[in-house]
Amino acid sequence: MSIFRSLIRKEVLHLLRDPRTVTVVLVMPVVLLLLFGFAISTEVNGVRLLAVVGQHTDETHRLLERFRSNPCFTLEGIVAPHEADDLLRQGKADAVLVLRTDGGQLTHQVITDASNTNLAQTATAYIESVASGESSSPIVLHTLYNPQLKSAYQFVPGIMGMIFILICSMMTSVSIVSERESSTMDLLLVSPVRPRTIILGKLVPYFLLSCLLLGLMLTLSYTVLGLPFSPSALHVVWLSLLYIILALGLGMLVSTLVSTQVAALLVSGMLFMVPVIMLSGMIFPVENMPVALQGVSCLIPARWYISALRVLMIQQLPVRHILPQTAVLALMTLVVLTLAAKKFNLRK
Amino acid sequence: MNSLIDIRGLTKDYGRTTALREVTFSVPEGSIFGLIGPDGAGKTTLYRILATLLTPDRGTATVAGLDVAREFRQLRTLIGYMPERFSLYPDLTVDENLHFFASLFGVKVRDHFDLIAPIFSQLARFPNRRAGALSGGMKQKLALSCALIHRPRILLLDEPTTGVDAVSRSEFWGMLATLREKGITILVSTSYMDEAARCDRIALLHRGRILGIDTPTRLTARLGDPLYAASAGEMYPLLLALRGMPDVKDCYTFGATLHVVADEGFDPDGTETALRRQGLADVRIRPVEATIEDLFIKLAQHED
Repeated sequence: MSIFRSLIRKEVLHLLRDPRTVTVVLVMPVVLLLLFGFAISTEVNGVRLLAVVGQHTDETHRLLERFRSNPCFTLEGIVAPHEADDLLRQGKADAVLVLRTDGGQLTHQVITDASNTNLAQTATAYIESVASGESSSPIVLHTLYNPQLKSAYQFVPGIMGMIFILICSMMTSVSIVSERESSTMDLLLVSPVRPRTIILGKLVPYFLLSCLLLGLMLTLSYTVLGLPFSPSALHVVWLSLLYIILALGLGMLVSTLVSTQVAALLVSGMLFMVPVIMLSGMIFPVENMPVALQGVSCLIPARWYISALRVLMIQQLPVRHILPQTAVLALMTLVVLTLAAKKFNLRK
Repeated sequence: MNSLIDIRGLTKDYGRTTALREVTFSVPEGSIFGLIGPDGAGKTTLYRILATLLTPDRGTATVAGLDVAREFRQLRTLIGYMPERFSLYPDLTVDENLHFFASLFGVKVRDHFDLIAPIFSQLARFPNRRAGALSGGMKQKLALSCALIHRPRILLLDEPTTGVDAVSRSEFWGMLATLREKGITILVSTSYMDEAARCDRIALLHRGRILGIDTPTRLTARLGDPLYAASAGEMYPLLLALRGMPDVKDCYTFGATLHVVADEGFDPDGTETALRRQGLADVRIRPVEATIEDLFIKLAQHED
């Protein structure tokens, strides 16, 4: 026990003597969360809207009033049809709502500037959802779970999926490889301490640090970013712990494959980060990928973790809905840890 | 005297390159045994096998009667290993390093402090300095203290004096002699041939093979042929001229002079005169004592 304690103490000292790394590890996730949660947003606010009204009725009046009072829109004014076209071309408006009354029946047409596709699509959807409430148009839009399409909701699971894999695997692999580079690992190995004690002595401190990080990120998500809090947060915690263990195992595996700290950084930085961003569904929906890439994405732990987090944090469904993801993650953890422990066999 | 290390036919390959070929020797208990050889001779591989970090492909090695491949667990408490680079945690202080390595072996620093006290005395002045901020000589002393803190029976030192100034090197060999007095057997490797003379016995290792094992004096006596040091105003023409002479067996650069391995009948004064007549200025040839390096050059050439 005292050997284990002194291994942990040593690792904590390493961390304390390297405040820069710890700062990066704790600050980077916070910055990312806030950046994606507030600054970088795919939400569309303040769509500049023009209205062309064929015949003013109570109905059109009420409808325009609704747009005026909706914070998503800035109603620039009511204009003549030919003006609307010009203003749209000059970029002074994002969308035009054309309202006509034919035989007592209100119809509406939406013209959008699609030079920004994202904005055009979202604006159209917004306009439809506002307009459809009043008219007898058959489309009834109902966005479940995230009715305001807040991008923070979308990004929190993604960022958590990325941060843990990145930080846990990077820190463990670099820390193990640096001991190998300086041959202090040899001294640990020739001592009577058992290899599994050495490995645990490496993993436990980083596990604790990751728990701290998890607490920090969850607190931010549920307070500053305003994710709806529910009892499912408890499931988020244990699922994240499983994911952290998986990430630590990956770090250990990397450390057995490379021999320099730079290589460890590159492997855990590039090899893990790029697929996590591109293929995990964090940004690009997995369903839109070519089948081959969808297959690849199945191998990425973050994909399963992120998808489970969405179920728990945003849909807030009961825990049985994340059983498949949990099973995959547990299996991956088992495989990675077994491989790492086997490869970590130190006598050649 | 009992031998504490017994190595029989030890062979280790790394892919196609052979690091050790049929290495056989034993180290008597309570002696300083030197492993002499240039870089790449296989010294570190041999150390890693003895330290139970590598397993040999063929052959056996026992330390204190325990097989390095099979009984490594019991063996590990008996060995103090100091790898080639001073393996310390540079971001931990002197005291933290020492306590950490003590705890690995389940001992307290004070348990065996008497053993390291003479070595540690200079370091004791700055217990809170980071190991990374120490000078080469101080790092070496700290690494040695850490390797000794559990009072091992055998000390494995892999090139402990590389990168250390001459004064610290000499001081270090003094410390090794003190440790031998306390009954610790020491296997030390070096590529500095001048350090070989301070060992009780030495083994010359070249390309994974043992070229010779004996006491340093008896080994140098093996050179047999008389040895001369030659110098002149211009060294390269002198080297060519000497190599062309019939009674010169070998001639090679040795520090600032040339060493000439000659036949029994070699006449240094006559050669000097002959060379002057050839137009070489300031020619001087005088007899010198053979060193381990001369022997090494001879044996290594013979091997090739």
